[in-house]
Amino acid sequence: MIGQKINANRFSHRSNYSQSKFKKQLPLHMMMLIPVILVIIYCYGPMLGILISFQDYVPSTKGFFYSLINGKWIGLDMFKYIFKMPDFPSIVWNTFFIATMKIVAKIIFPLIFALLLNEVKRSWFKKSVQTITFLPYFLSWVILGGILLEIFSPRTGIVNQIIGCFGMEAKYFFGDPKTFPYMLVLTDLWKDIGFNTIILLAALTSIDPTLYEAAAIDGAGRLKQTLHITLPGISSIVVLIAILGLGNIMNAGFDQIFVLYGPSVYSTGDIIDTYTYRMGINNGQFSLATAVGLFKSVVSFVMLTISYWIANKYSDYRIF
Amino acid sequence: MKQKTKNDILMGNSTSRKVFVTINTILLITITFITILPIIHIISLSFSSTQAAEGGLVGLLPVQFSLKAYESILGKTSFYKALMISVKRVLIGVPFSLLCTILVAYPLSKEKNKFSARKVYVWFFIITMLFNGGLIPTYIIVKSTGIMNKIWALILPSAVSVFNILILMNFFRELPKELEEAALIDGAGHTSILTKIYLPLAKPALATLVLFIFVFHWNSWFDGLMYINNIEKIPLQTYLQQILTMPDTRFMSADQLQELGNASRRTNNAAQIIISTIPIMIIYPFLQKYYTTGLVLGSVKS
Repeated sequence: MIGQKINANRFSHRSNYSQSKFKKQLPLHMMMLIPVILVIIYCYGPMLGILISFQDYVPSTKGFFYSLINGKWIGLDMFKYIFKMPDFPSIVWNTFFIATMKIVAKIIFPLIFALLLNEVKRSWFKKSVQTITFLPYFLSWVILGGILLEIFSPRTGIVNQIIGCFGMEAKYFFGDPKTFPYMLVLTDLWKDIGFNTIILLAALTSIDPTLYEAAAIDGAGRLKQTLHITLPGISSIVVLIAILGLGNIMNAGFDQIFVLYGPSVYSTGDIIDTYTYRMGINNGQFSLATAVGLFKSVVSFVMLTISYWIANKYSDYRIF
Repeated sequence: MKQKTKNDILMGNSTSRKVFVTINTILLITITFITILPIIHIISLSFSSTQAAEGGLVGLLPVQFSLKAYESILGKTSFYKALMISVKRVLIGVPFSLLCTILVAYPLSKEKNKFSARKVYVWFFIITMLFNGGLIPTYIIVKSTGIMNKIWALILPSAVSVFNILILMNFFRELPKELEEAALIDGAGHTSILTKIYLPLAKPALATLVLFIFVFHWNSWFDGLMYINNIEKIPLQTYLQQILTMPDTRFMSADQLQELGNASRRTNNAAQIIISTIPIMIIYPFLQKYYTTGLVLGSVKS
C-alpha cells in the first residue's frame, strides 16, 4: 500500500497521467487495506517468526520482537540437531507414508464408487446414495473422532462386540501401532469418499454422450464402453487430482491424527505436525518445533510449486 | 418384438446386465450403509438408557428409549457456555470473514488496465497459499498481538481465506462488464458499483461463502485449543475435543476407566455429539447443493 504511494509520487513528475490513474485506483487499494493488514500480521508475521529456528529462543514478557532481537543466534545448529534426532526419520516417514496411502486410496475408491454410481439410472437412488455418503465430510474431526473412538472402543464399542460374536478377540484398533496407520486411511476415506466421488461424477457426466451411442452401434457392450470411453474420458481429471495430491504429500492430516492418537501409537502415527505441536506447545521447545515445522514448510512449498506447475502445464489448471 | 429404447441400446438389456445391475445396487447400498451406520449408532446410543448402553445392547435402534442424556447435557453449564461461545463466534466471524472476502475479491476481479497493482496483490495472496510460517511462529504471533483468550483469536487469524476470495473473484469476473461501464459513465464510484451492482448479482456466490465460512467456524476446534487457555471461554468443538478424545483417559486401563466414568458417560457423550451436529444437519441440504454446483463448475470449466 505504502509502496504504491511512493511509486506513484516518484513517477509523478514524469507524467500526470500515472498520478491521476493512481488516484482513480485509490479506492481499490483502500478496500483491501484491512484484509491486507490482517494477512501481513497473521500470514507474513509467522514467516518472520521462522527466524527463531536459527536462535536459542527464550520467550520474554517484553514481547516477540524483543525476544527475537535479543535472542542468541545459533545458526544451523538446530537443524543439525534435528537431522540427528532418532525420532526424526520415523516422523518424516510416517508423514510421507500416511499421506501417500491416503492420496492413493482417495483416488482409487472414489473412482470405483463413481463408476458404479454412474451405472445407476434411477436418479432418486443415485441422489440418496450421494447425499448419505457426503454427510461425514461436513462433520469436524472432533465429532467424527468421538464417534470412531466410541464404536471402536476395545471394551464397549460395537465393532468389538460384533467381532466378539464371531469368536474373535477384541482388538484395540486405535491403540495398536500396527493397525493405526491403516485405520487412519480407512477413516479418512470414510469422511471424504462422498466429496471425491462428486468431483469424479461431474467429470463423468461431462463426457460426450454421442461417443457411447457410436460405440453401442459398433457393438461395444457396457464393459467395453467403460474401458474405452469412460476411463479415457476422465483420465485427465484423475491425473489432475493425483498431481494436486503431490502438493499435499507432507500433510498427513493433523486434525484426524490429533483426535485419534495417543502415546501407544506414536511410533507409527506421529507425523511432523503432531510432533511439532507436542514439542512446541506442550514441551515449550519453540526453536526445535519451529525448525521441524520449517523443514515441513520448505518441502511442502517445493512440492506445491512443482504440482501447480505440472497441473498448469498439463491441464490449464490455474490458481488465480 | 418390443421396440428397443435408446437406453436399452446404450446399457444393453441382456441377462448379464441384469445381474450386474442387481449386484451393483446391493454393493452401493452396502457402501452407503457402512458410511452412515456409525452415525446412526451414535444417535441410538444417545436416546438409550445408560443401562442398555453399558450392557452393550444398543445396535442401530435405541434400547429403552430415554431422554435422560439430553436432559443432563442441557443442564450442564460447561456445555451450555461452550455452545454460546460457538454461537458468538459464528455471529461475529461469519460477517467479518465475508466482508474481508468481498473487499479483496472486488478489486482483484478488475482487469490489469483498471487496477494496475492487481498482479502485486495476487502474488501477495498466492504466497500465503504456498508457504506458511508453521504452527509455532503463528502461535507466537497471535500471542504477541494480544488477542489470546479473546474471541478475536478465533476470528482474526483466519479471517482472510484465499480460497473463498478465489470463488467470489471468479464469480465477479463472469458478470457482464457493460453493467460496470454504464455505472461508471453515470458517475458511480467503486463503493456504489460494489454495493449496488456486484453484491446483489452475486447473491448465489455469497450464499455459498456464508455456508463455507459458517461450517469452518462451527467445526474449528484447534484454534480454541491453542489460543484459549480459559476453560470458560472455549468454543463447543474444543470443549468436545477435551471430553471426547483426550488421550490420557483413552489410554487408561479398563479398570481405571470404570472408576472414572460414571455410568452415564457414553450416552452423555453421544448426546453432546448429536447436539453439536444439529446446525450442520439443518443446513446440510443447502450445503450439499452449493458444494456440488461449485465443484461441478470448478472441475468442468477447463
